Amino acid sequence: MKTWWTLFKREFASFFVSPVAYVVLAIFLIITGILFYSNLLWYYQNSFGMFQDPYMIRSMNLTDDLIRPLFANISVILMFMIPALTMRLFAEEKRSGTIELLLSYPVRDSEVILGKFSATLTFFVVILLLTLVFPVFLYAVSEPETGPMITAYLGCFLMGASFIAVGTFASSTTENQIIAALLAFGLNLTFWIVGWISPPGTGTMSTVLQYLSIIEHYDPLTQGILNSKDIIYFLSVTVLFLFLTNRVLLSKKWRG
Amino acid sequence: MIEVEELTKNFGVTTALNRISFRVKKGEILGFLGPNGAGKTTAMRILTGFLTPTSGTARIAGFDIQRQSLQARRKIGYLPESAPIYRDMYVRDYLRFISTIKGMTGPEGKRRIGSVIEDCGLDQVRNRIIGKLSKGYRQRVGLAQALIGDPDILIMDEPTEGLDPKQIIEIRNLIKNLGGNRTVILSTHILPEVSMICERVIILNEGKLIAVDTPENLNRSLTKHSQIMLGVRGPAEQITAVLQSVPGVLKVECRDDFLDSMLSFNVEVSQTEDIRSRLAEKIISNRWELLELRSTSLSLEDIFIKLVTREEEEPSV
Ligand SMILES: Nc1ncnc2c1ncn2[C@@H]1O[C@H](COP(=O)(O)OP(=O)(O)OP(=O)(O)O)[C@@H](O)[C@H]1O
Ligand SMILES: [Mg+2]
Repeated sequence: MKTWWTLFKREFASFFVSPVAYVVLAIFLIITGILFYSNLLWYYQNSFGMFQDPYMIRSMNLTDDLIRPLFANISVILMFMIPALTMRLFAEEKRSGTIELLLSYPVRDSEVILGKFSATLTFFVVILLLTLVFPVFLYAVSEPETGPMITAYLGCFLMGASFIAVGTFASSTTENQIIAALLAFGLNLTFWIVGWISPPGTGTMSTVLQYLSIIEHYDPLTQGILNSKDIIYFLSVTVLFLFLTNRVLLSKKWRG
Repeated sequence: MIEVEELTKNFGVTTALNRISFRVKKGEILGFLGPNGAGKTTAMRILTGFLTPTSGTARIAGFDIQRQSLQARRKIGYLPESAPIYRDMYVRDYLRFISTIKGMTGPEGKRRIGSVIEDCGLDQVRNRIIGKLSKGYRQRVGLAQALIGDPDILIMDEPTEGLDPKQIIEIRNLIKNLGGNRTVILSTHILPEVSMICERVIILNEGKLIAVDTPENLNRSLTKHSQIMLGVRGPAEQITAVLQSVPGVLKVECRDDFLDSMLSFNVEVSQTEDIRSRLAEKIISNRWELLELRSTSLSLEDIFIKLVTREEEEPSV
């Protein structure tokens, strides 16, 4: 526990000396800001137009027509951005050789992995907290539903955790940061689109592919629907990839 | 303190270590000597837990490196080749990080960091970023890092590699002084370094252990012949002939030394008696100018070549 905390602190501090982290932070905030603004604009233009149409006016609401599309966009951005945060984790230590020293200390491989994972997750949470200005703005000008807002953020956090675990794994397989980022992005994208190839109907194949798909589990959360199976999905992906990272480190010791 | 038995490591088809066995007693300073690719780094990486052996075992202070890896690693301070340390950290933060990770916290950790900073001469650079330090100072930080847990065992891979001569001497002295009653393993390419620091030497070649002995014994047994260098001004052929005729001389090589406008003679002699004065006498009685005379010992390369060829002749060594 103490070892983990020491590793966590070093890893977390190293984000603030890395230009990559600042670039990711800036790009993420700028893009989400633009998206928020454009979604907001779209929402207000349409809702004003819809005053003339008594059928439509009831179907326009902040949750479905602003929060949900905004968080769908955010999830796509995360798919790109999180690999940029995680690519460094193991690849840089391997390239510079510091991993040799790190693993010679009395630390468990799992502590090293959890230290890196949790530090990245914390940095990600910091980024998410900064985006809270958008909901704060919404509360200032309107009355959004609080429930969906909370579950949407929870979904974002859980998906971020899964992407970070995938990225940690990708980084452990190579000493090239670009390959690590590309591999992580490829894996994320695969989880994203895997539902698209599911055959129509409710066969086993279809159920499995639907279950693997990230969107299937993320979308309900952005609508305020909280299901334990979605939470279990994200947690399983996270645990699975952290476990795989552990396997990679172990096999490196055997193969050299 | 360290017991290594039949250690073997294969990387795919290459055998980096081939059934190595040795023991190191408490307080002993052991040197690994061997050409590039001999397996020195591989052996150290296995001892420090970075690699798993293909077969064989090793125990560090009684702890098996595979089954009791954490306990074994607690006993070790390791300085890998070219001191890979976090370049984006400040020296003091880095040392604090290492001391907590090695389980030294609070006032005890503070005291330990202070004494290591003093021992390694890091006082002026404690507030600098590691990546901006000179190579010599980075090496010192590497050494400090290895020493922080106050380990019983120090393992150092080519600690003087790539340093300037002044720094080499400083680091060597540091190692000698800091050794104290620690058990030390270090690897090097430099033979004099081994005789200066180590009490016992292991010579590795292509993954095989080909000799274990004290530096003195190795020198003696390997150098049945010694060499004498003479710098003379005069006619090359006549001088060569005269030198050849001196009893005890085995071989004479002549080289023109353009810089000093003199001839350099490399004379290989048998070690039974000292014939330096007889050689000088011959030169002077012929009225040639004797400018230089010194005995040169065999270089590391010569020793490797001798050992390796001897090994091929008699594989049972
Ligand atoms: N990770 C690895 N994968 C494949 N082969 C390796 C690996 N590490 C070392 N080797 C091989 O094992 C052999 C021993 O290498 P090692 O680094 O132990 O030599 P060394 O004695 O430290 O050499 P040097 O004096 O150059 O540092 C070499 O043939 C090397 O190519
Ligand atoms: Mg080496």
